[in-house]
Amino acid sequence: MSKTTTLILFKKKSLFLIALLFAGGLFAKENEQNQENLSAKEIQKKEIKEYIMHHLQDSYDFSLFSYTTDTGEHVYIGAPLPIILWDNGLKVFSSSKFHHGETVAEVNGNHYAIIHNKIYKTDAAGTITYDEEHHTTNIAPLDFSITKGVVSIMFTFLLMFFLFKNLADSYAKNGGIASGAGRFFEPIVLYIRDDIAIPNIGEKKYRKYMSFLLTVFFFVWFLNMLGLTPLGINVTGNIAVTLCLALITFLLTNLTGTKDYWLHIFDPLGSTMKWYAKVPLYIILIPIEVLGIFIKPFSLLIRLYANMQAGHIVLMSLIGLMFIFKSWLGSPLSFGLAFAISLIEVLVALLQAYIFTMLSALYFGFASEEHEHHNEIEAH
Amino acid sequence: MEIPVMVGAGLVVIGVGIGIGKIGGSAMDAIARQPEAYGKIQTAMLIAAALIEGIGFAALFAVS
Repeated sequence: MSKTTTLILFKKKSLFLIALLFAGGLFAKENEQNQENLSAKEIQKKEIKEYIMHHLQDSYDFSLFSYTTDTGEHVYIGAPLPIILWDNGLKVFSSSKFHHGETVAEVNGNHYAIIHNKIYKTDAAGTITYDEEHHTTNIAPLDFSITKGVVSIMFTFLLMFFLFKNLADSYAKNGGIASGAGRFFEPIVLYIRDDIAIPNIGEKKYRKYMSFLLTVFFFVWFLNMLGLTPLGINVTGNIAVTLCLALITFLLTNLTGTKDYWLHIFDPLGSTMKWYAKVPLYIILIPIEVLGIFIKPFSLLIRLYANMQAGHIVLMSLIGLMFIFKSWLGSPLSFGLAFAISLIEVLVALLQAYIFTMLSALYFGFASEEHEHHNEIEAH
Repeated sequence: MEIPVMVGAGLVVIGVGIGIGKIGGSAMDAIARQPEAYGKIQTAMLIAAALIEGIGFAALFAVS
C-alpha cells in the first residue's frame, strides 16, 4: 500500500516539476519578447518608480485610485481636502481647484500651483522660474493645509480618544472590569506599564511618563497599521511626523532631568578621581555625552521613519513586479511575495511602536535617575 | 581611486547584518540555557538590534 502512495506522490511531484519547467519556459519566452522593446520597458520602470514615490509622499487630496479612460482622460476617485495658506492674510480653499496638480488655482486674484508636491505662488499662466540648481525660485506661502497625513492623524486621534474613553468608562460602570474593545486593549496598557515603564523608569517616578508612553505607543501603532491599508496613508513614514514625536521625547527627557542626570553628563566620573586627573578625560567625555543627548532622539526619529518608508517601498515594488513580468506567473508571484511581506509589516508595525516606546522609557529612566543608581548597576 | 557611496552603504549593511545576526544567535543560546528568562532576553535583544539597525538606516539614508 505504501508503495502505491509513494508512486502517486512521486507522480504528483513530477507533475508539479513539469508544470514549473513549463512555466519557466513561458517566462523565458516572455523575457525575450520584452528585450525587443526595451524602451517601453524602461518607460514602465520609470512609471512604477514615480508611482511608488507618489505613494510615499503626502498629498493635498485623499485620492483612492485613478485611471485613464480610452479617450485619454484622467479620472480620480477620492475626495478633495481643504488648503489653508498664509499669504498676506488667510486663504482657505478646496484642493479641487488644483485638479490634482494639473491646473493653477485662482483665489481672490492670487494664483497658486503645485510643483513637486509643494504650493508656490505664480501668475495666471502658471509660470515657474528655476535657478541654476533647478530649485524653484517662486514664493512659497506658509502652508497649513489639511493634507492626507493630517486627516489620518485626526482620524487616529478620534479613534484613540473614543477607544480609551470607552475603556475608562467601562471601568467606572462595571466596577473595575473592562468591557467591549477595552478587553483587547487593557492587557496592552498593562504591558506598557508593567514591562516597559516600571522596569525602565522605576516604581517611584513612572506615573508622570505613563500618559506619553501610552499615547505614543498607540499613536505609532495605529498609524503604522493604517499605513498597511490600501488607502495609501504613509504618516509614520513622514520624517516631519517622526521628528515631532522624537522632539517630544527629547523635551520630556531634558526638562524632567534630575540633578543626577545632568551630573552624569557634565561630571560622569564623580568623586572617583582627583580633579586634575579628570580634566584631560573630560575634554573628550563631555562633548560625547552632550552629543549623546541629541543622538538619542535623532536615532529614534530615523529608525521609525526609515523602517516604515523601507517597508512601504518593498511592498510597492513587489506589487510593481506584476507589471514588469507581464505573464501569468507574475501576478501570483507578486501576490504571494506582497502577502508575505504584508504579514511581516504587521509585525514590524507593532515592533516599531514597541521599540519607540521602550527606548523613550529608557531615556526617561536615565533622566529620572537618583543617586543610588551606581549601586543598582552592581546589584544586577 | 574613489569608492562609490553605494559600496560603502553595502559594506555598512553587511556589518549591520552580521551584528544583528550575532545578537539573535546569542539570544537563542541564552534562551536555550535559561528558558525562564525568555522575556528579559528578548527585550534586551530587541533594544540592541534596534540600536544597530539605526546605523544601517543612517547609511542607507546617506546614499539616497
